Amino acid sequence: MIDLSLLTDGGVGWLDASGPSSHLVLSTRIRLARNLAAHIFQARNSETEREEILGNVERAARETVLLRRAICFRLDRLDRIERQLLHERHLVSKELAGLDPDGRVRSGASILIQDRIGVMLNEEDHLRIQGLHSGFALEAAYAEVDRLDSELGQRLAFAFHPEFGYLTSCPTNVGTGLRASVLIHLPGLVLTKEISKVLQGLAQVGLTFRGLYGEGSEVVGNFFQLSNQTTLGSSEHELLDHLGKMVRQVMDYEEQARQVLLRDAPAIIEDKVWRAYGLLRYARSLSFEEAMNLLSGVRLGVGVGLIPDVGMYTLNKLLVHTQPAHLSVAEGVSPTEPDLPIRRARFVRKVLESEVGRRG
Amino acid sequence: MSCDQCREREAVIHLTQIVNEQVTTLHLCERCAAEKGVESPGAVAKTPLGSFLAAMGKGLPEPATTPRSGDTCPRCGGSLQDFRESGRLGCPECYHAFELPLRDLLRRLHGSTHHVGERYAERGPETVRIPERASELREQLRLAVETENFELAAELRDRLRVLE
Repeated sequence: MIDLSLLTDGGVGWLDASGPSSHLVLSTRIRLARNLAAHIFQARNSETEREEILGNVERAARETVLLRRAICFRLDRLDRIERQLLHERHLVSKELAGLDPDGRVRSGASILIQDRIGVMLNEEDHLRIQGLHSGFALEAAYAEVDRLDSELGQRLAFAFHPEFGYLTSCPTNVGTGLRASVLIHLPGLVLTKEISKVLQGLAQVGLTFRGLYGEGSEVVGNFFQLSNQTTLGSSEHELLDHLGKMVRQVMDYEEQARQVLLRDAPAIIEDKVWRAYGLLRYARSLSFEEAMNLLSGVRLGVGVGLIPDVGMYTLNKLLVHTQPAHLSVAEGVSPTEPDLPIRRARFVRKVLESEVGRRG
Repeated sequence: MSCDQCREREAVIHLTQIVNEQVTTLHLCERCAAEKGVESPGAVAKTPLGSFLAAMGKGLPEPATTPRSGDTCPRCGGSLQDFRESGRLGCPECYHAFELPLRDLLRRLHGSTHHVGERYAERGPETVRIPERASELREQLRLAVETENFELAAELRDRLRVLE
């Protein structure tokens, strides 16, 4: 089994709820798509070529400040459960981890990680430089990723076109190669049924949304990943500014929706969040989806000050550790174990008891 | 890959549908697709990128250099048809080989064909641009201070001193 303790904070520093606006925004992710000029893109390259790419990038990375102590995980040499564990920590994409239903792990698929920053290798593009920060921190996350990009760019020849910018395997990423995403919790807008209007509005201003695990994932627990749709024709800072402004507006809408709920339906909201808390605290069996939805309810209760004794960090920890791979590894059972929901409920009870048990 | 329907012929049409946020992909051969009322360009048009891809290169004035579907990139051997099917280009050179249709596609996707962000200057191992690097470092230092990342700031300051 891979040793995630080798990573600073186990690679989940992003969920410590220390960042700005952590009550609404779980994390901010920035990624830059880069390809090596000397190699053909992933869709048409060979195993040997992918090994070369991995070797070249790893050598270059060891000379940088930001990745000199990086841990390298070769996904093509890990078991499915280990790959799933990395995916559940948001460190690798589903595609790279080979977790799609008919997916296999591509040879050479790897990740280099040091602290909050890393590079996915042999993904859709040769390099996906990425940084993951706690809370709403677009500029800080970009500054770090940008720095790694220049450190690597001094040592590797990236595919760059004078007019089109950084060349990527899919033309949707060409130009800056930048995708910035903010993982935000919007239960107020979901409960007031305003969410579809808001999401449509975002689409009109060139932003897009995805679920908890990014591309191709479903929305669970009222978490939405908001990100820029276009990558060409605006500078990196313009893209970040635009996304940042829109996210701030969505945060305002969410706060307003919560105020409306508290003003117009206080009894219903109070019942809803405490009911969610009660179920998490005392249920004897919880599916992952149910746990996510209940955690969303409690998070809302904590956010509006109705539930006093639970920290956002605890809720974030529960979010990660109740996922199928995390739970089954912690419990030492197979992820298909039929009594996993029972174990999940026991785990949640234990965590909540130790956090608030003394007070109630 | 064989067709999901007849399981005999090669699947050439990959139909991705999103219904109630559930994404399903059907792989069909031409005949089964036609039976289901899906024509290949129409099938492609159902994916977000697909409608662009399907329309790519169509309705354009056709200068002599416009590549045809069967034309291949001299470097990787990928064709426009491959790109239409997979949505992925084969290599950096494809951007030259299929420049006209791609330019059109980029305009539709991004509303622009001009990169205005950071520029990557090709550098040989000996050509690290010291002055520019110093300005980069200063910018990073400013950001590090702004975001109260003092450990990073101290390191950047040391590196700047070495450069200057």
